Amino acid sequence: MAIEFRKDLFADERDDSFDQIGQPRIRQDIEGHVTGRSPFFDDHLFDGLLHVRCVRSPHHHARVRSIDASEAEGMEGVVRLIWPRDIPRNMNTLLSLIGFGRDDEPLLADRKTAYVGEPVLAIVATSVQAAQRAVAAVRVDWEVLPHVLDVEEALTPDAPVVNEEYPNNTFDYHERYDHQKLRFGDPEAALARADHVVEGTYQMSPIEQAPVETCGAIAAPETNNRIVCYTSTQALFFSIGVTGKLLEIPSSRLHFIGGTVGGGFGGKVDSHHEPIAVLAALLTGKPVKYMWDRAEEMQAGAPRSGERWRIKDGVMNDGRIVARIFTGFFDAGAYTRLTSYGVQKCTGHLPGPYTIPNVASNIFCVYTNRTPSTAMRGFGITGVDFAIECHMDKVAERVGMDPIELRIFNAYRDGDMKAHRRLAKNCALIESCQVVAQKADWRLSADAMAQSSLTGGGADWRADIPETVTDDEGKIGERRRNGLAPDPFSGSGQRGRVAAGIFTDHPATGNAPQRDDMIAEAARLGFKVDTGAPSTPMPQTERPDVPPAPPAAAPPPPAEPQRPQGAPTLPSAYSEAPPAPAPTSAPSAPPPTPRSAEPDPEPYRPEQPFQRGVKRPGVSRFISGARRR
Amino acid sequence: MSKTPVTFRLNGEDAAAFADAGSNLLDFLRRSVGDLSPKYGCGQGTCGACTVLIDGEPHLACITLAETVSGREVRTTGGLANGPTLDRLQEAFIDKFAAQCGYCTPGMLMAATALLDKNPNPSRQDVIDAIGGNICRCTGYEPIVDAILEASRNTRGAA
Amino acid sequence: MLRVDTYPTAAEAARALGPGTRFLGGGSLVMIELNYGASDIDRIVRTSDPELKEIRVEAGRVHLGALVSMSDVLNSRDLDFLAPVAQAVGGPAVRSAASVGGNLFAPHPYGDFSVALLALDAMVQTADGVSHALEGYLADRSGLVTSVSFAAPAGNTFAFRKVRRVRPKGASVMSMACRLSRSAGRLSDVRVAYGAMGPTAVRAKAVEQALEGATLDERGIAPALERATEGLDPPTDALASSWYRKETAVVHLRRLLLAEDAR
Repeated sequence: MAIEFRKDLFADERDDSFDQIGQPRIRQDIEGHVTGRSPFFDDHLFDGLLHVRCVRSPHHHARVRSIDASEAEGMEGVVRLIWPRDIPRNMNTLLSLIGFGRDDEPLLADRKTAYVGEPVLAIVATSVQAAQRAVAAVRVDWEVLPHVLDVEEALTPDAPVVNEEYPNNTFDYHERYDHQKLRFGDPEAALARADHVVEGTYQMSPIEQAPVETCGAIAAPETNNRIVCYTSTQALFFSIGVTGKLLEIPSSRLHFIGGTVGGGFGGKVDSHHEPIAVLAALLTGKPVKYMWDRAEEMQAGAPRSGERWRIKDGVMNDGRIVARIFTGFFDAGAYTRLTSYGVQKCTGHLPGPYTIPNVASNIFCVYTNRTPSTAMRGFGITGVDFAIECHMDKVAERVGMDPIELRIFNAYRDGDMKAHRRLAKNCALIESCQVVAQKADWRLSADAMAQSSLTGGGADWRADIPETVTDDEGKIGERRRNGLAPDPFSGSGQRGRVAAGIFTDHPATGNAPQRDDMIAEAARLGFKVDTGAPSTPMPQTERPDVPPAPPAAAPPPPAEPQRPQGAPTLPSAYSEAPPAPAPTSAPSAPPPTPRSAEPDPEPYRPEQPFQRGVKRPGVSRFISGARRR
Repeated sequence: MSKTPVTFRLNGEDAAAFADAGSNLLDFLRRSVGDLSPKYGCGQGTCGACTVLIDGEPHLACITLAETVSGREVRTTGGLANGPTLDRLQEAFIDKFAAQCGYCTPGMLMAATALLDKNPNPSRQDVIDAIGGNICRCTGYEPIVDAILEASRNTRGAA
Repeated sequence: MLRVDTYPTAAEAARALGPGTRFLGGGSLVMIELNYGASDIDRIVRTSDPELKEIRVEAGRVHLGALVSMSDVLNSRDLDFLAPVAQAVGGPAVRSAASVGGNLFAPHPYGDFSVALLALDAMVQTADGVSHALEGYLADRSGLVTSVSFAAPAGNTFAFRKVRRVRPKGASVMSMACRLSRSAGRLSDVRVAYGAMGPTAVRAKAVEQALEGATLDERGIAPALERATEGLDPPTDALASSWYRKETAVVHLRRLLLAEDAR
């Protein structure tokens, strides 16, 4: 399969020769792969290994009235039953480790289950077969509850509450709204003056990552009161953190070994197996394996979320898209996992790679009684890109324009302002379209072929941050009470205006850097920097009062855990006991130094801020700096 | 649980172990015998990660009753290399970047071994058919097919 | 908990079968149940009876032992007409295990070999010495199968087609087989069978009737195509809806009968 390089494009910006891409290279781990010796988590032998299978809900939504496991307990090979009450802190959310979202998911459900396959009891046995047979012998008295499987039905006032932590069936954004907003310009006014309004609805189903190696972990007692855990995780430190939190043991007792993963594609970040395996090893004192079989992987394993999109474009006769409004629904399933984050990632991606002066979006992270969804290859981006590109074709058809030329005409160019108030750079959509058309023998006009990402960007209005209409529709709980429509500007909330040119600190429109150490130095990231002239600073306009502005202050950071600035602390579950004060009264202790008598010192702050590689708020460290270096 | 003694040949050596009643060859090889090269992917014969050769024929260890290999010759990826010298297929997989996560690789190698043992001069379609029961979710099929064809060419050169 | 008993003859194995037992042939069905914890199985019954591995062709009649594998069919010189059918089952490693007898028990959407057997008017022999027409046997599937037999089709009167979404391996959206015997240039005593169009392989009797006496050309088969799914209620599953199966069956039947290539 020949790869063709277009080294002519952007040649002056690159000092590489592209001589590695497309060349087979010897992987450092391949000898293990071809000899069957790569140490996947299950490739570790333990004498007397025990196995885990879970009793799972057969219902979309059900209350657990009672569980009769008496027969299972007495069955041959059954070593231990693990009940929800055996889990020291049986409530978690994956992103709690970075303080995003509230704990909403038990490891084993104790009161009710909210999706088919949700576990309520784990059985540890001497063989998989014994565990399976014991699971089949458990009798659960289920009280079946009404369920909701559709994202928009879940928003209606009558829909059952899926997740008690979020009783409105939506994730709470910024402790204020039931959705993530994006507002840029005045899309309503632009729609009103557009020659065409083009609307479309698009939907993507959940996709199972289906790695060939199913998810799993083996935990075994080790020396020094530690537990060793071999795991298939894609996120080793998530797994350690989640295990430490749920089991209330310090991570110093957890010796986790991962890194050799038999395919993940996002499906191995949920850290469900490690806490169960570690707990089982703690309770039995024996090595324990908890590995899904393929049926469990397909039924209970978290897929990419399903998404539904409505897109409404205002388009001029010449093909210029002057407004684009999105309403998006991410189906989180029963629990948050990573969908709350997928929504935000998606918001930063809108309106796709096109320069559109008026953009708005409302995106919902919706709870339904479906399998919780999580990461999968570009989650948050791939689904909406499908919707956007379908919609571009629809727009092209409406205005009678070649679909590729429509894309070239509207494409981002270097220096254009994006809807999330960052300047576009490293743009290459125009060139990609031109090459694709050429390769497909698709005739483009001379004008379209003459366009370039390098020219015209930022001209006229293209670099402007327009005056922006804001609103406060969709406050938490409001929609469920009043049955509001989910689309932007559809309700009667209070409107505000943010003056043109302003980078606000409003959460709906962009955040200022939380700390100055988040400003990156491009050179440190390996980017070539022209040291002669400092890069253009982002205009930092004073934020004037613009009544009736939307609630202006950025919401406070998540209240818990309270941490001194600059010194993140681990959740309390990590420390066995509060740090003891120095034993100043001990006889052998040296006399207290004057320093120890000083008032509480400031938390440690390095003289030079720690460089995280983020130069400007919201700018990915991976794309900072000069073009394509 | 009753245990059945199973004596067989594994990669050219005598081997024996006890199999639990009803246990499959995959669990038996991995846990009772200690050959970890065949992998579990589905337990239902759909992914091919546990492909082994029994008397030269490709079989899926997860849907083979362990005791049925009594007295027979089993080959796995664990036995492909001759000491430090890798098999031509292993060399070709290395050279052609024919593995990403590596989990399907042992099964792919055994499916390819079965093919080349019978048909040293396969067409591209023959190769595709031979690995048709093996899933690579990293979707690196093209380099795998290239590697198997490369290995067949190397055999011809050596012959 | 679980026991495995192996008997020297099929008759003894058949006598050992009862509640809580399962007969293990090639393994590609029963081992899945065991791997997934089938708690209703206490006992696995096998047989080492060599007759069940036999392939015989006598007086124009083919006898296939129940434990003959798909690979055995592929490797037999006498069964070239069945090669495309055996090739359609699984990948090479599944074909080493999957047996002719087991295929009669394969749940939807599997069981492509049975479709061919149905079109070949196969008889099923069970361990009690009784012969059953395959169609009747599929209705209750009781009795340990020891072999199937059928008349070898003349010339190229037999055809098989499998529709799938994934290649080279993939479960059936549908499979179809036909035996297009002719008498005086007209179709006569035709058999058409479908797979993945019902709970088991089924005969398309309306199609068979419509083809009786017809010519094998576009005009001749037109009435049969109209009745392609008459009396059938194909299942809906992850591969295709019932509606889709019905709609497209017409196309695939036409391709099967006229030996047209897809696209």
